[in-house]
Amino acid sequence: MLEAIVEAWQFVVRRPELVGQYTLAHMWLVFVAGAIALVLGVGSGIFISGRGRERLAEVALYIAEIMMTVPSLALFGLLMLILGGIGLKAIGFLPAVLALIVYGQLPVLRNTYTAIRQVDPALIEVGRGMGMTETQVLLRVKFPLALPVVMAGVRNSLVLLIGIATIAAFIGAGGLGVPIFRGLTNNRMDLIIVGGVTVSILALVIDGLMTVVQRLATPRGLKKR
Amino acid sequence: MIKLENVTKVYPDGTEAVKDVSFEVEKGELCVLLGPSGCGKTTTMKMINRLIPISSGAIYLDGEDVTKVNENELRRNIGYAIQEIGLFPHMTVGQNIETVPVLKGWAKAKRRERARELLGLVRLDPDETLGKYPSELSGGQRQRVGLARALAADPPTLLMDEPFGAIDPITRVELQNEFLKIQQEITKTIVFVTHDIYEAIKMGDKIAMMRDGRLVQFGTPAELTYRPKDSFVEDFIGADRALKGLQLIRVKDVMDASPPTVRADEKAAAGEEGMRGKGVDWLAVIDENGRLTGWLSWLDSRREEMARDVMTPPQVVANESMVLNEALSMMLSANVMTLPVVDARNRLRGVLTFDDIRRGLSEASEGQET
Repeated sequence: MLEAIVEAWQFVVRRPELVGQYTLAHMWLVFVAGAIALVLGVGSGIFISGRGRERLAEVALYIAEIMMTVPSLALFGLLMLILGGIGLKAIGFLPAVLALIVYGQLPVLRNTYTAIRQVDPALIEVGRGMGMTETQVLLRVKFPLALPVVMAGVRNSLVLLIGIATIAAFIGAGGLGVPIFRGLTNNRMDLIIVGGVTVSILALVIDGLMTVVQRLATPRGLKKR
Repeated sequence: MIKLENVTKVYPDGTEAVKDVSFEVEKGELCVLLGPSGCGKTTTMKMINRLIPISSGAIYLDGEDVTKVNENELRRNIGYAIQEIGLFPHMTVGQNIETVPVLKGWAKAKRRERARELLGLVRLDPDETLGKYPSELSGGQRQRVGLARALAADPPTLLMDEPFGAIDPITRVELQNEFLKIQQEITKTIVFVTHDIYEAIKMGDKIAMMRDGRLVQFGTPAELTYRPKDSFVEDFIGADRALKGLQLIRVKDVMDASPPTVRADEKAAAGEEGMRGKGVDWLAVIDENGRLTGWLSWLDSRREEMARDVMTPPQVVANESMVLNEALSMMLSANVMTLPVVDARNRLRGVLTFDDIRRGLSEASEGQET
């Protein structure tokens, strides 16, 4: 084992550009999928939190949760079939990003919905009582108050995607899954360690960054003193 | 002017929250909606700015049917204040106050200017308070900001839902007094919801007493106290009517508005005639602008000295809009028989004695019961 760790280190020193390449590809996947999941999750979260949409919200959240329980390998495979069926590229970046969007939007959707529903109804009524339109109530009252929880969802989503994106290597989308799979098939412990440790470091760094973003997104008046 | 005509609210499940309520609030009047919880008072108030849609009947604001105007426009022209939780926690005091001006599209400089002016009105320091968040203020300060916010766009009408509800009794009395003073200046037409009988009697020009969605009695605080329509109103007002009467009468209505005075730069003897004429043994000492500077209890031996050299500074002073209850409590705690009454600039307006209070109370109950 110790030997493998030393070899892994030697690999990093010998081929830094290769490790960097895997990492960049990995981050790009997560970034593209995460950004789209953010927009979709926040948008649909706001939509289903509207008045009289309780039933729709239940269904949407239910579907999103079911999607989360589909094993990622199966989802990647399924997307390959579907994309291939409609004549699009069945392997590589596109199906990988699509699958990651599916996984990434749930935490954002759920947090956005919950946070907006939890805004004090008295504050919403005061907003209306002072003459705000529904859109103004959303933009000036509900969303700013929900923002810290929404950002917590984004943070969960990104960390989750960094892990799942490893499996994207399986359908040829590159990233840090590549050295891991190569290590597994060739019995190269050092490659598995290089991929695994880098993914972990990446997740920790993103988590730390998002903690800062989350703090910045919290309106000053809401911070605990 | 606000006019309710046979206003009824029935919820889809058949609950009748408000039944056939009619009353009218004159321009510049403060009307209290009073009653136990669940009596429909808040529902009635919220139908005025259409937060709750009316089932039947009609509500007119300055002669205009409220259902005929755009609801957001309507609400922007009605000040709305609720308990302190109504401040937006993510906005500064300034942003909170500027909410309606922003919605109305006022220029930034004009909004800021107005926010500063209003903070001054509710006696908060603008420089210190504008940039603070509600969580950095005390309960009383939040209520003041809530009031300033309701007044921001200078609406002719205010709706207030237990605006002084969530604070300690001492701060509440202080805020009530200040609000009454402000109301004297701004004379808004106000609908004020409370379940506190003392607050209702103190604040209201009129009281609309409600029970189970119905209007039981509508009238002045004195009418409700001395001529309750039924046993419900009587019980709600309570048995201690004589003491409630202290809440009903303001200092200015019973004080002696032309008390004997002497100028500080005159000999004490100069006030002798006025004092004799009133049959009292004290003199109020004033300066050349009519401001109260001291108090003189007659001392025969020192009558040739300057009033300012023999006077004592006044221990406590009242203002005209105080109710007798507060004035009496001041007199008892300072152990004085007379209470000088001054205006905001410390000018002497009159003097209140125990005798004035007793006379005021008996006149009020006789006048109402005949």
